Amino acid sequence: MGIELLVNLSYVAAAVLFIFGLKMLGSPATARKGNLVSALGMFIAVVITLLDQSIIDYKWILAGVVAGGAIGALVARRVEMTGMPEMVALFNGFGGIASLFVGWAALYGMDANTFQLITIVLSILIGGVTFSGSMIAWGKLSERIAGKPMVFGGQRIFNILLIVAIIAASAMFTLNPATPIYLYVVIGLALLLGIMLVIPIGGADMPVVISLLNSYSGLAACAAGLAINNIILIVAGALVGASGIILTQIMCKAMNRSLSNVLFSGFSAVSATGAAAKIEGEAKAMTAEDAYYVLEAAASVVIVPGYGMAVAQAQHVVKELQELLEKNGAEVVYAIHPVAGRMPGHMNVLLAEADVSYDLLLEMDAVNPRMETFDVAIVIGANDVVNPAAREMEGSPIYGMPVINVDMARNVFVMKRSMASGFAGIDNPLFFKENTRMLFGDAKEMLGNIIKAFN
Amino acid sequence: MEIVFLAFILMLSIFLGFELINKVPATLHTPLMSGSNAISGITLVGALTSAGAEHTVLATVLGTIAVAMATINVIGGYMVTDRMLAMFKKKGGAK
Repeated sequence: MGIELLVNLSYVAAAVLFIFGLKMLGSPATARKGNLVSALGMFIAVVITLLDQSIIDYKWILAGVVAGGAIGALVARRVEMTGMPEMVALFNGFGGIASLFVGWAALYGMDANTFQLITIVLSILIGGVTFSGSMIAWGKLSERIAGKPMVFGGQRIFNILLIVAIIAASAMFTLNPATPIYLYVVIGLALLLGIMLVIPIGGADMPVVISLLNSYSGLAACAAGLAINNIILIVAGALVGASGIILTQIMCKAMNRSLSNVLFSGFSAVSATGAAAKIEGEAKAMTAEDAYYVLEAAASVVIVPGYGMAVAQAQHVVKELQELLEKNGAEVVYAIHPVAGRMPGHMNVLLAEADVSYDLLLEMDAVNPRMETFDVAIVIGANDVVNPAAREMEGSPIYGMPVINVDMARNVFVMKRSMASGFAGIDNPLFFKENTRMLFGDAKEMLGNIIKAFN
Repeated sequence: MEIVFLAFILMLSIFLGFELINKVPATLHTPLMSGSNAISGITLVGALTSAGAEHTVLATVLGTIAVAMATINVIGGYMVTDRMLAMFKKKGGAK
């Protein structure tokens, strides 16, 4: 009794630390300390669990911790900031598979009653979906598999059948827990479901998917906690589950789409509604030197980064240009769209890496009202998030999505590899506007050329 | 009764999670995500008991793999979050 009480009281302390840690993550000034507070909570929870009397043998625990710790530390240290989305996806997947195994192993430790069997199935299901879904997301983000949405005829029917089969297999398992075959079927189907849920989702929708998988990994831990009757798993899992759902909601709102629309239909399904008006005009290209002359005279500049900046690893040159412009007396701010990049806050991390002060990173709603006052808007590798069609072209697939209104700035420079349309495959009337100039080429190289002109 | 008790904890935690995260600014969304991702590695606590309890060979194997996977999640998640947050600086601040 004594030890059990101590363990549970320590879990309460760990939960308090998690909550404070998350709260402190709410402000850039306290965030780093908050992360440490949360890590301390984790440390207490783990160490105190080792006192549990049911643990007889420590050698396998030690082996697992040493192996996992070494891999985790190595990856965390090595990963490039541009590779952050795939790494988060990967870690999500590991958390998911761990919960699956915890649920599975719980079968052998006790005479499970029906409630526990249901929670075991839940942790296996959610853990499995999280794992395979995260692996696909990781593949798509790291471009090991094609980022395009994969859709085939009868996909929806197949998925419905799959879910029915999962429910049936889960029920069979709950009724016959001694027959392992049902368990294996449940695991296999859960893994298949995770794959099926993520393959139809395109790269530009990845912020939503990562947030959602993040939520699932928490819910999987939560279900595993219910299965083994461990309160800290339930509390921490639920906190993460809730946080992932909120991020998912924010991302969906930023794209003006519902979650089900993101999950079950690519952009193609939406674009069937009405023919978009033909875009008239010609895109006007310009050289880096011309860009320099305009920038040299500009008093205020807004930079709008997108995924292209991450691909070109251009964040450091962007910062260099910012410094030159500031030295020249211009005001420089950044406008960040909530879904720019491949995960929530992707651009902010990249610019932080390049040492850009975070109070210069403005949210869309803060920049749009004063867009007219900017002399130059520089769009770096962004496309759909600055597409004025979202505002002016009813019938465009992205009509209604909130965008950064760069076209209202006095001059717009768009850095882009080619005239190819963005991820969503939608033409961008911005490129044909009177005040828009195109800088074709690699963003990093182009920025470098402008900087050279300054010196 | 125990089920009701657990359900209560679950419900309150979810509401608390919503309240906590709603106020996080967009700038911190990536660290928030990797930080909360590290917390979801709490499943490590469950894995420890499975790996060490010596119920069956299968349970030990599953538990050990789960310990390794969850540790990657925990250590990697916290470390990378810390690395990221160390980069968030305000102008005129240290450095």
